[in-house]
Amino acid sequence: MKRIINMRQMSVNQKGVIKKVSAKGEMGRRIREMGLVPETPIQIQGRAPLKDPVAVKVRDFVLTLRNNEANYIMVEVDIEEDQNEKA
Amino acid sequence: MKKLKIALAGNPNSGKSTVFNALTGARQHVANYPGVTVEKKYGEVEYKECNILVVDLPGIYSLTAYSIEEIVARDFILNEKPDFVIDIVDASNLERNLYLTVQLLEMGAPVIIALNMMDLASSRGMIIDHEKLSELMGIPVVPMIARANKGIDKLLDTIVEFGCEGKKEWKPLVISYGMDIDDAIREIEELIKDSNIVKRYPTRWLAIKYIEQDTQILELLKKDSQLFEKMQDIYERLQNHVLNTLDEDPEAIIADHRYGYIAGITRKVVKRKVEERLNLSDKIDKVLTNRILGPALMLFIIYFAYKFTFRVSETPTQWLENIFSYMKQVACLFLPDGILRSLVVSGIIDGVGSVVGFVPLIMVMFFFIAILEDSGYMARIAYMMDRVLRWFGLHGNSILALIVSGGISGGCAVPGVFATRTLRGEKERIATILITPFMNCGAKLPVYAMLIGAFFYKDKARILLLLTMMSWGFSLIAAKLLRVTVLKGPSSPFVMELPPYRLPTVKGLAIHTWERTWQYLKKAGTIILGFSVLMWALMTFPGLSKKDLQSFETKRSSIFNELLKADSSKRWIKSAKDIEELNTLYARYSQLMEKGDKIAIEEMKKSRFFPLIEGAYYLENGLDKSKFKSLPDELKKVVQAYVEFRKKMQLLKKEKELVKINKTFAGYFAKKMEYITEPLGFDYRVNIALIGGFAAKEVILSTLATAYSIGSEKKGLSLSERLRNDPSWDKGKAFALMVFIMLYVPCMATVASIVKETSWRWAIFSICFNLLFAYTISFAILNLSRLL
Repeated sequence: MKRIINMRQMSVNQKGVIKKVSAKGEMGRRIREMGLVPETPIQIQGRAPLKDPVAVKVRDFVLTLRNNEANYIMVEVDIEEDQNEKA
Repeated sequence: MKKLKIALAGNPNSGKSTVFNALTGARQHVANYPGVTVEKKYGEVEYKECNILVVDLPGIYSLTAYSIEEIVARDFILNEKPDFVIDIVDASNLERNLYLTVQLLEMGAPVIIALNMMDLASSRGMIIDHEKLSELMGIPVVPMIARANKGIDKLLDTIVEFGCEGKKEWKPLVISYGMDIDDAIREIEELIKDSNIVKRYPTRWLAIKYIEQDTQILELLKKDSQLFEKMQDIYERLQNHVLNTLDEDPEAIIADHRYGYIAGITRKVVKRKVEERLNLSDKIDKVLTNRILGPALMLFIIYFAYKFTFRVSETPTQWLENIFSYMKQVACLFLPDGILRSLVVSGIIDGVGSVVGFVPLIMVMFFFIAILEDSGYMARIAYMMDRVLRWFGLHGNSILALIVSGGISGGCAVPGVFATRTLRGEKERIATILITPFMNCGAKLPVYAMLIGAFFYKDKARILLLLTMMSWGFSLIAAKLLRVTVLKGPSSPFVMELPPYRLPTVKGLAIHTWERTWQYLKKAGTIILGFSVLMWALMTFPGLSKKDLQSFETKRSSIFNELLKADSSKRWIKSAKDIEELNTLYARYSQLMEKGDKIAIEEMKKSRFFPLIEGAYYLENGLDKSKFKSLPDELKKVVQAYVEFRKKMQLLKKEKELVKINKTFAGYFAKKMEYITEPLGFDYRVNIALIGGFAAKEVILSTLATAYSIGSEKKGLSLSERLRNDPSWDKGKAFALMVFIMLYVPCMATVASIVKETSWRWAIFSICFNLLFAYTISFAILNLSRLL
């Protein structure tokens, strides 16, 4: 089963595929030019000690985003995997 | 000889500067691009009958008009029309790097790809067919490992081959952005072709940039208002259409298609041997950015870097100090006593000394910053600290500047200000620069030590820790204050790359360190020199009047006369000339006694003054009382008189110094400032020290010592003891003064750095803001202490 969630809700090591980037203006441009565009596979690499920002593996490199920036990115994830992570 | 001009473009961390260094070696020049603070580096290479000028463009991910770096790079390529743009592409990170390549090609730039870091790509299990890449993109591709100097010659060969023989034409790349956008591009292109507003730039590129709503291009096209209106109609129609059908902005669709185009190419070019697993860099990150271990290791690394910096730079700093004090002695030998000598010694040599004296510290600090940056760890510190600093309106990248400036007590704000260069958001960068002077730099520590010794000697360590914590607290509060008022604005995005960990190269470190040190010397140096001459003038002129000099002369001769009268038999001292000789011998004797040079002392015994000198020395220093008692009565009297004479002369000298400083502009201001500083309890003596502290914080302590040494009859008291016995001083006032010194004003070296990194306007703001901030806080502390 697939489900679309916000990147912020993803847990560490979880994989997914970007479906939509709704950020506008400079932030949107910065996010897209780093390769976070729809259909890109990503994996959450880790979170900073205070849970924010988040490190994301995308296209062979690691990118950091703040949670309020990750809010604009919708990701399709496997729901079983999602539950496993929570358990 | 054929001349060629090439530009190096590429993402940050793609190894662009390594390629630049490999190409140009030591023949590099640094300048600023006109009107902006972005560095322009260029150098020359001679290769196979070709003279190649290499310009290093700033590291960028894209070619929008959002950042100065991108505008600079774009303008250079469009306006200066280099013969080639060498695009440094990180092979291990091909897709994202090609995003810039595609944009360069759309602009019609003559691009040659330098496919760097082939070794890293293959270690990650990627096999890259560079010939296929060249074929698909229609441009030359040179594989290389710049760190190991592999592929540099091949790159030069390619440049010369295409440059001299001119056997290829570069045409702008055409990517399809889907029917809707393609149609709009075509329509806009027609409009631009018909108008003659912009002839220099490729029309399709202009049309795409217009649809991306690029601010710079919009400004350009607005000049033809008729044309612009027509274009706006097309854009609005397009925007409505794609928003309705695809729920996206045209700009987003363009980015998607570029990545789509790139994905099409990489699918054919890259083969992966293994499925992606955690690479080495990811594994290191599991430890270094771990929730608990990460911050702990970070503190350890920073603490080590700080300790090491101060330990290593201590000795060369001492050497430089010795050299400058030697130069002062030489100047004193050759210049007659007077204004010129004073200008050269106190104004110029001290001024230059304060610039050059910082060099070892700055170099070691820059060396460490270079290691942290080149290895990739700096990005991790920023990543871990971002959340905390964001509460105060700062950015993750602010952390390093604050630590360098004295976050662990004992740094220096000068390299701290320079360390803010890693910040990209202008408002966050200025806010960081403005709070660096609040940190407890090394020069403030001796003053703290003196005041703590006087009033808080029981809990020394606790007070020092409290002061460190207060400096962090106040600077973060000040940052927040600035960010909600004069530097109001949203926080800049933290969309940042965590580059893979790399072992820094010696060459890279050396170049990075030297570059920054040289800039400090060149730019800050000239300003500091001007400042120190100004400070010297303030603390010298107008100086003592004729009347003052006369009155000192009268006092001096009366002290001389007293001594002459004391020796009634005239056996020992007959004239003023004898007294001068006696003084010289006494000085030599006490020097020898300290050194314990018995042979030289034996030699001195020949002098007829010797018994007198020996007696006076023993009496003055309270040594071996029997030696003094055994002297004949007559000599005893003379010895006593001579010791008395010495004490009076010293007092007179101190008094003269104080009167001298009071008769200067600085002294005049200090007196006037009492109206303002009275609520803080600071009198003119403290004020004068604070004025001196603007030159360098080290000056505060020595000036205070001079100012308080007068008028106290008790001899041998230290400044600490004097202040403790002074009824106008108490713990509250001492603490208020320490906090005032912590916050009140950046020293002139820091002001010079602020000017260099921002503008005069911000430097002046910094002085005023800090004074006001310090005043408020110290006033609050003093009054709170009165209540308690």
